[in-house]
Formats: sequence, C-alpha cells, structure tokens
Amino acid sequence: MTGTLLKIDGLTKAYPGVVANDAVSFEIKQGEVHALLGENGAGKSTLVKMIYGLVKPDSGTMEMRGAPFAPPEPRSARAAGVAMVFQHFSLFDALDVAENIALGMENPPPRRDLAARIRETSEAYGLPLDPYRTVGDLSAGERQRVEIIRCLLQDPRLLIMDEPTSVLTPQEVEILFETLRKLTAEGVAILYISHKLEEIAALCDAATILRLGKNVGTCVPSETSAREMAELMVGTELQTPKSAGGEMGEVVLDVSGLSMSSPSAFGTPLRNIHLRLRAGEVLGIGGVAGNGQDELLLALSGEALTEADAIKLKGQPVGRLSPNARRALGLLAAPEERLGHAAAPNMSLTENALLTGAVRKNLENHGFLNWTRTRSFAEEIIERFDVRTPGPENAARSLSGGNLQKFVIGREVLQAPEVLVVNQPTWGVDASAAAAIRQALLDLAAGGAAVIVVSQDLDEIMEVADNFAALNEGRLTETRPTRGLTIEQIGLMMGGAHGMEVAHV
Amino acid sequence: MLKLEKRPQPSKAYAYTTPFLAVLATMFFGGLLFMALGKNPIEAILTIFWEPLFGEFAFYYRPQLLVKGGPLILIAIGLSLGFKAGIWNIGAEGQYIVGAICGAGAGLAFYPMEAWFIFPIMILAGAFGGWVWAMIPALLKVKFQTNEILVSLMLVYVAEQLLASMSLGLLKNPEGHGFPGSRNLKDYPSAFNEEIITGSGMHWGVLAAFIAVIFAYVLLNRHMLGYSIRLTGEAPRAAKFSSVNPARLILFCLGTSGALAGLAGMFEVSGPAGQISIDFNVGYGFTAIIVAFLGRLHPVGILFAGLLMALTYIGGEIAQSNLGLPGAAIQLFQGMLLFFLLAVDLLTNYRIKLVRKEAA
Repeated sequence: MTGTLLKIDGLTKAYPGVVANDAVSFEIKQGEVHALLGENGAGKSTLVKMIYGLVKPDSGTMEMRGAPFAPPEPRSARAAGVAMVFQHFSLFDALDVAENIALGMENPPPRRDLAARIRETSEAYGLPLDPYRTVGDLSAGERQRVEIIRCLLQDPRLLIMDEPTSVLTPQEVEILFETLRKLTAEGVAILYISHKLEEIAALCDAATILRLGKNVGTCVPSETSAREMAELMVGTELQTPKSAGGEMGEVVLDVSGLSMSSPSAFGTPLRNIHLRLRAGEVLGIGGVAGNGQDELLLALSGEALTEADAIKLKGQPVGRLSPNARRALGLLAAPEERLGHAAAPNMSLTENALLTGAVRKNLENHGFLNWTRTRSFAEEIIERFDVRTPGPENAARSLSGGNLQKFVIGREVLQAPEVLVVNQPTWGVDASAAAAIRQALLDLAAGGAAVIVVSQDLDEIMEVADNFAALNEGRLTETRPTRGLTIEQIGLMMGGAHGMEVAHV
Repeated sequence: MLKLEKRPQPSKAYAYTTPFLAVLATMFFGGLLFMALGKNPIEAILTIFWEPLFGEFAFYYRPQLLVKGGPLILIAIGLSLGFKAGIWNIGAEGQYIVGAICGAGAGLAFYPMEAWFIFPIMILAGAFGGWVWAMIPALLKVKFQTNEILVSLMLVYVAEQLLASMSLGLLKNPEGHGFPGSRNLKDYPSAFNEEIITGSGMHWGVLAAFIAVIFAYVLLNRHMLGYSIRLTGEAPRAAKFSSVNPARLILFCLGTSGALAGLAGMFEVSGPAGQISIDFNVGYGFTAIIVAFLGRLHPVGILFAGLLMALTYIGGEIAQSNLGLPGAAIQLFQGMLLFFLLAVDLLTNYRIKLVRKEAA
C-alpha cells in the first residue's frame, strides 16, 4: 500500500513567454490522496495535462510503478490506469447517463450490461445514480457523479480530480469524501487539485505546492496550518478582508414576487423570489450552481425583463428597464462569465471600460464617444485595482483570469453604485486577487452601497456577507444573519429545506 | 510539422499587411494559372493591373474605375455594418434592383416635367426601395427568428422577377417600339445622374459612396451605435449586458445596408445604365460581399478594396479581349484574391510555429 505509484522527475514545460512548469518533481504513493495546491496560473493544469497525456513535457521524466511513463495521448494514459475528472463537465444534456458514459468508452458494452455496471459501481461507492436519467435534468453534484463513475468503470490506479467540490453542497462534499476514502482503501491514488485549504487538511495525506511553475514545498496537510499553506502558495502574507461594519440604512432594493422563465433551454426558472436589501448591507446568496443564479443576475441587471413591480430600486419599479436605465439609477451588476459576458475578449480594455461605464461615467455625448475620458477611466481601473497589464490598449483576452476579474469588478465599483450585484466574483481567481476583490466589495458596502454576492464558495460568503440566503431550484430561502449560522444549517438551506426548522439539527 | 498558435493579442502589423500579401500571392499564383493556359504571365498580370491605370487607353479606363467602384463601395459599406455585428445580408443584389426600380419609377412618374426636385425625390425613392426590401428579412428575423441569410438571398430572385415584370410592363417605354426596358433617363435631364466633372467618371453615386465611407468611419469609431455594432459582433452576450437591444440593431443594420444598396441601384439606373431593363443587374450586390471582406470590414479598407475590385474587372476585360484569356480564368483570378485574403487573415490572430515531430 505504500509503494510509489507515480514518480515525477524534473518535468518542465514552457509556453511562449511563460514557463508553466519548471523542473517539478514529486511522488504519489499508492492509496494516498495527494493534494496539488497553487494559485491560478501556478502550473497545476499544465502538470496534470502532462500526466494525462494532453501535453508533452519539454524535458523531465515520469515513472509509473518503476516503468517509464510518457503518454503521447490520453488514451494511453487511460490504458496505464490514469483517469481524470475535469472541472468543467463534458456531458451531453440531451442524452441519458448511460449514453454519456458509453460515449467515453473505447468498446462500450451493450446498454443493459452497462446500466447494470453503472448501478453496481455507483452503489458500491455510495454515489447513487440512475443510468436512465437525462443528464440535462441532473444537478451539478449528480453530473459530477456521472464523470466519476465514468472514470471508475476504467478501474483506475490514479484518479485526478480538478477542483471537484466547487459545485457541491457541504453534504455532497461529505459524500464525495467518503467515496474517495473508499477508493484509497482499495489502493487507488488520488491527485486532488484544489485551493480550498480546509478540505485539503481534512482529506489529503500529502500536498505539493506550486508557485509560478516551481515546486515550492511539500507538506503533510494535517500537520500544517491553512495559513502556512496559503502563504506558501501566494509567497507573501495574506491580507484577510476586514469589514468596517458600517450601519445599515434604508431599504434600497426591494424584490417581491419575482418569477421569470429562464432564457436558456436547460436553465432554471425563478420562482416567487422575495428579498430586501438595505444600504450598507452585503447579502450573500449561496446555492449549488444551476439553481437560478444566472437567471437572478439577468433579472437584476436588466438583461432579462420581469414585471415592473417585481424589482423596486429606492421605491421605483425597474423591472422593465434596460440595463443602462438601471445603471443610471444606480443598480449595477457583474456577471459570472468574464470572457464573452462581462467583457468582450477581443476588444481593448478601454473599449471594455465603455461596456458598462458609458452612462455613469459620462463617456458619451448625444451618442458620440469620448475616448479620452474612456481611456482615463480604464487607466483608473487598472491603477486602483492593480490590474497587471501593459496598458489599456491591450485586449481583454490577453489578461489572466484574476486580472480580468479585478478589471470587471473595478469597473463597476468605481462607478459608485448604490446597489451592486456580483455573481461568482472570485471564481478561478488567485488568493491575493480574491482578497483584493472581497476587500473592495466590503469597502463599497462600508461606503453606504448595498451589495449582493452570489457565490458557490461558502467561505467567501461567510467572509464578506452580513446576511445569507440560498437559491434552490429557482426559489430563494429566507434571509438569515450570517453570524451564528453553522455549515449544517447552510447546507440544509442550500438543499432546499424551505421554511423548515433548521435550528435543532 | 507546422503548428498554429493563437496570439494573445491580434497583430496590428499583420492586420495592415495581409491585404497586400494576399494581392501578391494572387499575382503569383494567378501568373502560374495564366502560364498554364499558355499566356505570358507577366504580360497578363500587367494587362490586368497596369493597363487600366497607365496604359495607352488609360484616359478611357480610369473613369470606369470610379463608375464600377462607386456602387461596389456604397453597397459594401452598408453590408460591412451588418457583417461586423454578425447580421448577414446576402441579398444586397435584390435591394439594389428594387432601389433602382423605385428610383427610376419615381423619376418617370414626372415625365416629361422638368424640375430641380425630381432627382432628389428619386434618391429618396431609391433608398426607400432598398430599405423596404431589406426590412422583409429584418422583421421576419426579429419576429420569428428566421435566418436572414436565406430570406435576403431568396428575395434576390423575387427582385429579379419584379425587374423583368417592370421592364416588360409598368415601366416599359411607350415609345420603345415594343422593346423591353424603360425610357432612357439619359434623355430626361431632370432625372439624369450626370457626371459632376465631365470625363472623370465621378457621378453623384460615387460622391455618395465617398460620403458613406466617411459616415461609416465616424459611426464605427466615434459613435455609441458603431460601438454597439462591434460589440454585438465580438460578444453578443456582453452586448446585451451593455444594454444593446439586439432587435433594434438588426433593424438598423439590415435597413441601412438595404438603403445604401437601393441608392447604388438608383444612381446606376439613372446614370451609367440609363434604363430599367431585364439584364440591368450585373452582380454588384454579390461582388460587394467580397469587397466588404477584402477591405476587412473597415470603411477605408473597403474604399481601396472597391477600387481594386473594379480594377480587376476592367483589367480582366482588357485581358480577355487583348490576350484572349477565357472569362472563367479571370473569375478564378478574382476568386483567388478572396481565397488568399481569408487564408492570410489567419496570421492576424495566429502565428505559425515549426514543430519537430516527436517520437511517440
């Protein structure tokens, strides 16, 4: 059980302009959960892609059970017993579970046999799954099960999991951890990529930390504090966001009886949502992805119209107003998807500053654009939010995820909103950028604005929000003060225990 | 092994040089084609590119450059606005025809009265005709999500039937001895689109094309509407988030391109063509699609692309008559130009890397 399964020695991979992995070496033992930690852009994905045969290393070697291992393509990696669960699922909504799994197999068995094997495997590992259900109807957690079972059917010796818990409720995380423990008991090694340090401490036997492509340390998570690991990852001391705890004022946003069908085919309709937001308040809205978060943001930003009275801003009905009309009144938003929704990838940062800033920053006059002012607005965002880029004439797509997110959030914050709605403000963003973004949101609230943070990261919500509510199948729970809420209570709220007694769990 | 790698930033240098690279590549491979046909390649290329501008009969060909380039530019400018936003008007030919019919019809309605206001009314009628024809695909797309490519294209064939019916029926010259076709507007001074400077080829339609170039440039670079058009083409969801109303944009882009195509048709029928006839349309509406892309949807680029395209038309005709090159070879040559342009366009966003094949 303690033999070395995979030995990585001096793996190096360079892309033009960056060295993604610089002489990375470590070992994964049989039956251990090995964490791979690092900020975004630290080189975790590149490393994993090399193990899975998607990318060829420039130099360095790998050994699998003592034999040289250099998979030229994922198929040979799979044949050697490596399986991978990606962060973004590759499933077809319109097909059922068994069909999706059969698509990923070299020689799929007959449908009935496959369904039986899916049932058997899913029950053996505590991941109940009906092979005949359509994937489009499954929750994110259930979709992940499909991906995991697809891997397990290959009898893997090494299972790679990329940020597996980002879409799960706390209860679902527990189930997943049970499954992973069962697997390791059978001798399967797991390479677990995450930035959630508490999880790693609870689950992993060893951790390798990457920073800027280099292995900066190996530790035993149960013996190392979360703070130490975070500082190894970031390389500097972390600034924890601090709330100034400003007074809450009048109700500025009043949503009552908001119902809306989803604009997309497999989306979730919003069902009778009520919420009141006071000036200076930060409301965290949690919930598993795909429970109406995107739709709520569309309804609030003005991209989707609702009944006029369903959304009131300072008493004024805004449900039928366009995004710009709402911006003029002080209701701003930042959607989750950075490239293509919050920003146009091929346009410059100056042009992207104009995307939402035209009204409040006075960047147009009778339709004619003031590029000088727009450029200085972009420069202001870059400077105040420490966006790392050579200048505002660079295309949005040339920025890293964290930097672009700082730009997107900065663009809204610097317009001095009265209500700001953000969806997943720190998704895929490195720890220091995430801290800066959260601090900016807290400062905004301290200045008297009301902020809604829609997020699947419960730690983030606990850190910034005064009040908490959860979205479940398009319904919003009652709002509760964050202080004093336990993880179990939050889990029940996210799981859809509407109005149930949650105090004595 | 060659490998393509996406650039983090589109290359500015390549964005400007690729049209020239494409023209050079077309000259080279076109030369090979002419050689294979047994002609002297250098002579053929010179005939196409040099003869119309600086040859013996350049005094005749140079004005033709404007006469042929004008409508191409005017239509292509309109099309480029829609293309930038991802709205594909393929039916400019039909809008061009309907514009011509309405323009000529409005003028002939006043025949034989002579007055200063007749020509301006014809201009408005021409633009209106094209606009109406483009509003059909626009409204169908907004109301029923139909595909504007199919609807606008099929309306070209409807417009051609309408043209035939007009030249045989309603607009037929009563003094034309039974020949199909309308009265010749060249013989009706109030409706004639004459050259602004005699012998230059510069008629009112060419002037309109130049004005359209300037307007499009200002619209795209300095106006919110132009920004909305570009944003919609780049990232439709971001455009919606930015408060762009997609339906209004569809109506604007299709409407404008239709109106400009209609104007081009009206200036053509009242000037160089002179009359409505069954074979009035010669494909300007379709060639303008090539011109729009050759000019990379940029107003100034379209200006040059329109003139270049006109040059290959005129040069191609000279090469056909002087060197006996087949017409199909000339069309192939023009096709090559678009092909190479799209091919080298790749270099703007990608770089080519030489990769040694590794042992598996």
